[in-house]
Amino acid sequence: MPDVIKTADSERLRDGLLMSKGALRMQSVGALAGRSILIAIASSSLIAILFIFYFIIRDALPFFQIEGIREFLTSTRWYPSREEAEFGALAIFFGSALVTLGAVVVAVPMGVLAALCLSDILPFSIRQVVKPVIEMLAAIPSVVYGFFALVVFAPLMQERGGSMLAAGAWIIFAPLAVLATAVLSDLLSSRLDGKARLVSQIVSVALVGGLFLAGLLRMHGFLVGLTIVSGTNALNVSIILGIMALPTIVSVSEDALNAVGRDLREGSYALGATRAETLLRVVVPAARSGIMAAVILGVMRAIGETMVVWMASGNAARIPGPWFNFLEPIRTLTATIAGDMGEADHVTGSARYHVLFVMALCLLMFAFISNLASEIILRRARKRGSV
Amino acid sequence: MFKFKSTIATTIGLMLILSFAWSGAFAESYRIIIDGSTTVGPIAKAFAEYYMAKHPDVSVTVSESGSGNGAKSLINGVCDIADMSRFMKNKEFAAAVEKGIMPVAHVVAMDGIAIIVHPSNPIKSLTVQQVRDIYMGKIKNWKELGGPNVEIVMISRDTNSGTYETFEKLVMSKKKIHEKSEYVGSNGAIRQRVQSTKAAMGYVGLGFVDRSVKALEIDGVMPEASTIVSGVYPIARPLFMFTNGYPKLGSHIFSFITLYLTPKGQEIVEEIGFIPVTRY
Repeated sequence: MPDVIKTADSERLRDGLLMSKGALRMQSVGALAGRSILIAIASSSLIAILFIFYFIIRDALPFFQIEGIREFLTSTRWYPSREEAEFGALAIFFGSALVTLGAVVVAVPMGVLAALCLSDILPFSIRQVVKPVIEMLAAIPSVVYGFFALVVFAPLMQERGGSMLAAGAWIIFAPLAVLATAVLSDLLSSRLDGKARLVSQIVSVALVGGLFLAGLLRMHGFLVGLTIVSGTNALNVSIILGIMALPTIVSVSEDALNAVGRDLREGSYALGATRAETLLRVVVPAARSGIMAAVILGVMRAIGETMVVWMASGNAARIPGPWFNFLEPIRTLTATIAGDMGEADHVTGSARYHVLFVMALCLLMFAFISNLASEIILRRARKRGSV
Repeated sequence: MFKFKSTIATTIGLMLILSFAWSGAFAESYRIIIDGSTTVGPIAKAFAEYYMAKHPDVSVTVSESGSGNGAKSLINGVCDIADMSRFMKNKEFAAAVEKGIMPVAHVVAMDGIAIIVHPSNPIKSLTVQQVRDIYMGKIKNWKELGGPNVEIVMISRDTNSGTYETFEKLVMSKKKIHEKSEYVGSNGAIRQRVQSTKAAMGYVGLGFVDRSVKALEIDGVMPEASTIVSGVYPIARPLFMFTNGYPKLGSHIFSFITLYLTPKGQEIVEEIGFIPVTRY
């Protein structure tokens, strides 16, 4: 019954539904303000990065004017506090590189294998428990790691350094030797048949295994004889940094391995591949770029860490002799910045103050480049459709 | 729209109230801010505890960020008292004067730097020259000093510390510390490293010597209160607190900074392991 509704009523109804002009304006202003606030908040991290770059570069540049760059990059003599100061940072760059390398050697095999185990071997229910536990390593404050390294790990190394190293070597090399022996003996006798094959296998296992065993025993003897004079050294820090980088590597590469998908795995099994073949030939190559990104992130974690290296690396600005000697103290860029900042007074604008900014700039550039690299690798991989 | 506006209004209102409360909370008490040396820090802290117990309306905050940082804070006007284990440098004085700050030194205690080794080390006595040679890398093995055949692990404070500067001045006499020397961030860390490392040698303020490490005789003199005050022990130094100008008589800073002259102040200094400058 349309004519029951009076025109006045309908107009009132329409006015009630429509917004007044003032309210409309308010709404658009509010929306604008809301949007701009959100944009401001979102861009604040970008602005922070730009500011950090700007201020670090601004304070780094005077160093080149005062001292030049030659000594900084080529000399190993680091005596910033003396009156005739020397700013040779080569040994410090080397120290950073050495502990990062050490951390990679510790963390990458362990992290990638752990990720493989998590993604393909452990049953779902156990994985649900194990992964958070590994990620909990990332939640421990670095000063706690540093304290552990200094108070527990360093004295332990000094007292039982040799036997600890030997035990570590056995843990790493004994399984490898067993695996290598099995594979080699299999390869050596693959052409033979029947009884000859059995005999050849036994002989080759005995020969190759014996060889490996002899090598291992020799290494054991050498390592047990070693005494670690100072426990705050590159090895100590490398191991701790490796453990600290572990959660990053595990969780990023586990994500990459998971992203490979069921179809590829099942396709591989359908073609008759064993689990080992599937993992090594299909899953890992497909997740390669994700694993690479994980490694880069782990490296960044290790190179940027300050507290642990400041507490437990010994901070001696010197290239160990020989250079791969992990049992000697080293000094890293981050520890130098942390340790020298206090005395390097900016009131007088000394070279000693500005040199720290040059170091910070180097670290920042490195982080920037490796971040970019991992981003590019991941993006390419996504385009290709594997991770 | 209405809700949004009122949310913002409430937020702003709350923040205003909070900020008033904040400023109100601090307006009531008188604050003394102290920054500087980790060596002098314990004295300042003990003084602060004693002083705050006597004057509940005064709050004293003590930070320990190194002598250099203490000077910096005083120059920048962010602290009232700078703890320093060395005297101010010319450059720092110049910077202070430029900013209209007049640093005045108060010697609150004496400190001896003890050379410490692991308790199992048979060495009992060294000369300053020998200590210098060790830190220069000339003497590398304890064997050369009549000890066991192990390499000496030299441990030094970071170059940021007053202890380092005093050691460099009084022991090294402008010679470079060998690059193999390890650096740690505090006196406590040196003691920790020495008590857990058999081959180690380090140097700490007298207040940090305890039974877990062994202090060596230097030039035949044991680092003790009496030898340090009398100036016989060769590696000793005064500990400073710097104020901006001499504090106004009767002010809280004045009574705080003169605590070391009172019997109670001397007792505190002695308790922490330093040596009072004056004896009544």
